[in-house]
Parts: sequence; C-alpha cells; structure tokens
Amino acid sequence: MKLEEEVVRRQRERARILAWLLGGFVVLLFFITIAKTGINW
Amino acid sequence: MPAIELTTPAALPADWRDILALTKPRVMYLVVFTGLCGMLAAPGVLPLALGFTAILCIALGAGACGALNQWYEADIDGKMRRTANRPLPAGRMDRQSALHFGVGLGAFSVVLMGVATNWLAAVLLAASILFYVIIYTVWLKPRTAQNIVIGGAAGAFPPLIGWVAATGHVSALPLLLFAIIFLWTPPHFWALSLFVRSDYAAAGIPMLPVVAGVPSTRRQIFIYSLPMSGAAVLPWLLGLTGPIYGGSAAVLSFVFVVLAARVLANRATDPAQMAPEKKLFAYSVFYLFALFAVLVADRWLAA
Repeated sequence: MKLEEEVVRRQRERARILAWLLGGFVVLLFFITIAKTGINW
Repeated sequence: MPAIELTTPAALPADWRDILALTKPRVMYLVVFTGLCGMLAAPGVLPLALGFTAILCIALGAGACGALNQWYEADIDGKMRRTANRPLPAGRMDRQSALHFGVGLGAFSVVLMGVATNWLAAVLLAASILFYVIIYTVWLKPRTAQNIVIGGAAGAFPPLIGWVAATGHVSALPLLLFAIIFLWTPPHFWALSLFVRSDYAAAGIPMLPVVAGVPSTRRQIFIYSLPMSGAAVLPWLLGLTGPIYGGSAAVLSFVFVVLAARVLANRATDPAQMAPEKKLFAYSVFYLFALFAVLVADRWLAA
C-alpha cells in the first residue's frame, strides 16, 4: 500500500470515528439537559 | 495490516487504535468500577444520564492521565520490554500530539463533569488528574522508592468522585473508600514490581525492589496489608455499612494478609519462582473488585 493511500485511509477512519463521537456527545448533552431540567420520563 | 511504504512514522496521521492505546484502556476498568461503586453506594440516585456522564468523565479523566503519563515517560517506556511497543516509543505517534490529546481530554472531562453533576466533583476530578500527572509521574516516580505510596492517592480518587457526583458533598464513607485504595496500592504494585523488577531497573525507575531489595519489599507488602485490612473493615465498625460488607471485608482481607504472609516467607529471587507474588497480585485485583461490589450490595440491601 502506498503512503498516500494509507494517509487517506487513516484520515477517513478518524473522521468517521470523530463524527460518531460528536453525534454521541450531542445525544448525551440532550439527555443531560433533560435530566438537569428535572423532566421525568 | 499490509506493508506500507514509509518514510517516517511521523508522516502518517496516528491510527485511531494508537490514540485509544494512549488512554491505557486496560487499567481503566478498576478506576471506572470503583468510581461506579462510589456513586452507587451514595445515598440518593442520580438520573441515569447524569450517572452515566459522571462515570464517562471519570473514564475520560483516567484516559487523560494515561496519555499524559505516556507523553512524559516516552523515553522510559522505550527502555522497558513491557512498554516498548506503546505508540510513542515505537514511533507511531509524535509526542506533541499525545500532549495535546491528554490535556484536551482532561479539560473536557472536568468541564463535562461540572456541567453534568456538580463543580465539587469536577474539582476533585481535576485534582486527581493533576496529582497523577504532576505529583506522581513528574515528581515522585523518578525520584523516590516511595512513589507508589503517595502516588497511590491518585488512583484512590474515583470512588470519592463518584460519591460526590451523586451527593454534592464529602462524608466519612467515601473518605474510607479513598483510604482503602490508598493503602491497597502499595502491596498491589510492589507484588507486581517484584517479578518485573529487571524492567524497572533497566529504565532507572527507583521502584522499591530495585532500591531497597527484595526482602525489604516483601516486608513492606506484609506491613501495608495490615492497615489496609483495618481500613477495609472500618466502615462496618463505624456503623456505616451492614454485616454483609463487614463479614465479607473481614474474610477477603484475611485471605489478603495470608497471601502477603506467604510472600513474606518466600525466599526466591528468580521471578520464575515468585508464585506467591503473582498470586497476591492477581488476588489484589479480585480483592478490590469484590470488596466494592459487596459494599454496593450491602448498601442497597440496607436501603
């Protein structure tokens, strides 16, 4: 595998993981807000 | 993985597996578990989202400690067989990235803890990270054989943080949980350092077996197991827990002291003949898991 291909592969992989983590963080913040404002489910 | 035509490793962005390895996920279990137990043993129940976030923050804080530890000790890690393949000494990642990642992760975990639970828990989390990185890693570890004794305080914070996250204040029981882990750390690590001491000696880290010798370390292990056992049964003696915890703590601690006595009686200096030390090390991990699990069970049954 060429160096450029490996660089692109790693960048894509990291971008995908970061996107999932950011998505998870947004969901977590949503639930934290709900819990802090005292709404019971 | 297929072979890569590399010029220098630094030319590549770090693989996500190397970033994950920086956080030392394998040593995170005990931190997360004791933090969770501290939270579950506390009176009152946190909403699930806040409880989850508190534990996540403790895990992220531990990850930040791991990353900053590896950033600072990259040279030392390269000299030890056990750690030579970590991302920094192996050249798969540059030190600057590890520093930025560690500082960022630590700051994020503290702010999130403050926002989600309370700022006392966040301050304690920040204190534990700073204590581990500055007091233990930078100051004590390369200078004194007592590094583990004082540095052990950093690993003792999680149940206290978990409790404070749930209640907003400090009380006697979480301080005793802190004391148990504080006194448990020296015999736990010294048992390990007895059978990996050639690694520590090669790296120039003044671990007790390297500086004071094997017999002295064995004596210290046994001595520390006694106040640790006392601290373990103290919550019951003070009426803070029930007899389920008290009985279990007494039995678990008795076995610990017996295994420590076997270490004391061992005369071998060859790591291959250090079965009592290996047994004590393995049991010490089980001991802490069992003790904290029983504590939570006892508190829940009493409630």
